[in-house]
Amino acid sequence: MEVHSGIEPMIHLTLFLLFGGICVAGAVNLLAQRHPINSALSLVVVMGSLAGEYLLLGAEFVAAIQVIIYAGAIMVLFVFVIMLLNAGEEERTGGSRVALLFGVPGMLIGTVLMAWVLLERSGTQAVSMGALPGPPKTIGWLLFHDFLLPFEVTSVLVLIAIMGAVVLASHPESVQQRNKER
Amino acid sequence: MVPLSYYLILSGILFACGVTGFLIKRNIITIFLSIELMLNGANLSFVAFAAQWHALSGQVFVFFVMVVAAAEAAVGLAIIIAVFRTRETLNVDRVNLLKL
Amino acid sequence: MLSIETFVIVSVIKIVIALFVLLTAVAYTVWLERKVVGHIQNRWGPTRVGPFGLLQPLADGIKFLFKEDLTPPHVYKPLYIAAPMIALVCALTSISVIPVGNWVTVAGVHTPLQITDLNIGLLLILGITSMGVYGVALAGWSSNNKYSLLGGLRASAQMVSYEVSLGLSLVGVLILAGSFSLRDIVEAQGGHFWGFIPKWNIFYGGQIIAFFIYLISAYAETNRVPFDLPEAESELVAGYHTEYSAMKFAMFFMAEYANMITVACVASLLFLGGWHGPVFGPPILQAILPIFWFVLRVFGFLFVYIWVRGTLPRFRYDQLMAFGWKFLLPLAIANLVITALVVTLRS
Repeated sequence: MEVHSGIEPMIHLTLFLLFGGICVAGAVNLLAQRHPINSALSLVVVMGSLAGEYLLLGAEFVAAIQVIIYAGAIMVLFVFVIMLLNAGEEERTGGSRVALLFGVPGMLIGTVLMAWVLLERSGTQAVSMGALPGPPKTIGWLLFHDFLLPFEVTSVLVLIAIMGAVVLASHPESVQQRNKER
Repeated sequence: MVPLSYYLILSGILFACGVTGFLIKRNIITIFLSIELMLNGANLSFVAFAAQWHALSGQVFVFFVMVVAAAEAAVGLAIIIAVFRTRETLNVDRVNLLKL
Repeated sequence: MLSIETFVIVSVIKIVIALFVLLTAVAYTVWLERKVVGHIQNRWGPTRVGPFGLLQPLADGIKFLFKEDLTPPHVYKPLYIAAPMIALVCALTSISVIPVGNWVTVAGVHTPLQITDLNIGLLLILGITSMGVYGVALAGWSSNNKYSLLGGLRASAQMVSYEVSLGLSLVGVLILAGSFSLRDIVEAQGGHFWGFIPKWNIFYGGQIIAFFIYLISAYAETNRVPFDLPEAESELVAGYHTEYSAMKFAMFFMAEYANMITVACVASLLFLGGWHGPVFGPPILQAILPIFWFVLRVFGFLFVYIWVRGTLPRFRYDQLMAFGWKFLLPLAIANLVITALVVTLRS
């Protein structure tokens, strides 16, 4: 059901600012929080609102996959590991203070500079809501025709990652031995 | 109508937050989260540029980034578990010896 | 094309009706479960409140509302309060893309019997379901209780594992229908094979295997017997909601049953032909019959849910994981490959 009216640009800008605001707030909260689980959850919020931005750009399939894979699978893995290790609050050490002193102002200046360049001379156009629709069918066609080789290579990559994770996370005998001796 | 440069600025801000987090955070899991944040920022600019050039390949690229992120998360978290098991800390400053 | 005011009004009306129906259905699924399990175990189930205990859900609701809302002192408060809300919101949101019938015209407005028809509807349901894990996992973690933590860990591992086979079991149906929109999928199932077997996906080649994979993984996704390890009362007290009481507990409870209903709706839409069925009689009956057939299927699916609960014992955790990864997943992949091959060779 499509609704057309003159206020569409305004809705677009409002939604962009809303999702963008949540995004930036989540990202800043990720930095401000000391406990990893709070950081992980603010990243989930960032990912959710990014899915909203993708929808505004018309990339509906990307938005859905963003929620299912990123927010629903990868981040659950992170939360799972934080719960498993019972990670506590982060402790501040000498290295992070130097980084705080120089890194934060540096990144701030860099961001402002980049924003200025983008606004003044990027030469990008203005787009309406749902600028480039990415329906699943077309994306799938591209994936299995134009990008077939990269797609197959990523499947090998995932297989290697699975094996690596199993090898790394399985309890090696030497550690078990040492724990017994303790 | 929203200029695409706004989307690019948002993506830049997210990336900058990721870099900052990578620099100032000392918990290995949070550092990992910052990397994911950077990847997300890059993804947004992929989708924005896809709209700029009317080329869906930009959106397809997001999937490859996600697959790489998933593989990275699996291996990285396994490494984190292994590190925590041997050293019982998640602070990267305390992981400074090659051998226990 | 609707004007924006009518669109908003129609949407709000549909959302209110859908939420009301869903919450009532949740309440009466609880009643149905107690009654059916009671009869399976040779008991009566609820009988005291109202005829056949029909007012029992109401009494339970009032009880939950007026109970003392305890917050233990050792919990991590922000997440402890947020967790049941996440669970309930995720469970209720997924109803928004589920169609319950054809298009209808009420008071001059032509509208589909669903809140919104998205062309990525099924993906939205999968996405929201995968977000529901956070409610359970965070409840377990933030309660700061070893039983809760174990329940939360079990839940997140189990739900992530079974989500894979759940998603893969649906892909066969998607290949047959060629769309993610639930409405399109149902409409592709209209008509009959050889004039008498309805053209439901479950009768379509190997999709009956996909249906059983979906059934099993859906039980695991909704933490129901025989996969209710996250709340296994004989090992973990009550699992992830050990520390919750009153309305917060009720939220988890409602989320679980709302998830069951969503799963039942998706199964009926994807495998059992949605609202297709014999339609006859005067116009008013013709409008209502499709909804009736759909509700009948959902009810049947829920009945099987309860029947299984009354029949099967609980799995051990390693059995659960081995079953999911070593049996269901390969089977789902094999079904997907064969379906894709058949569809490609036929076209």
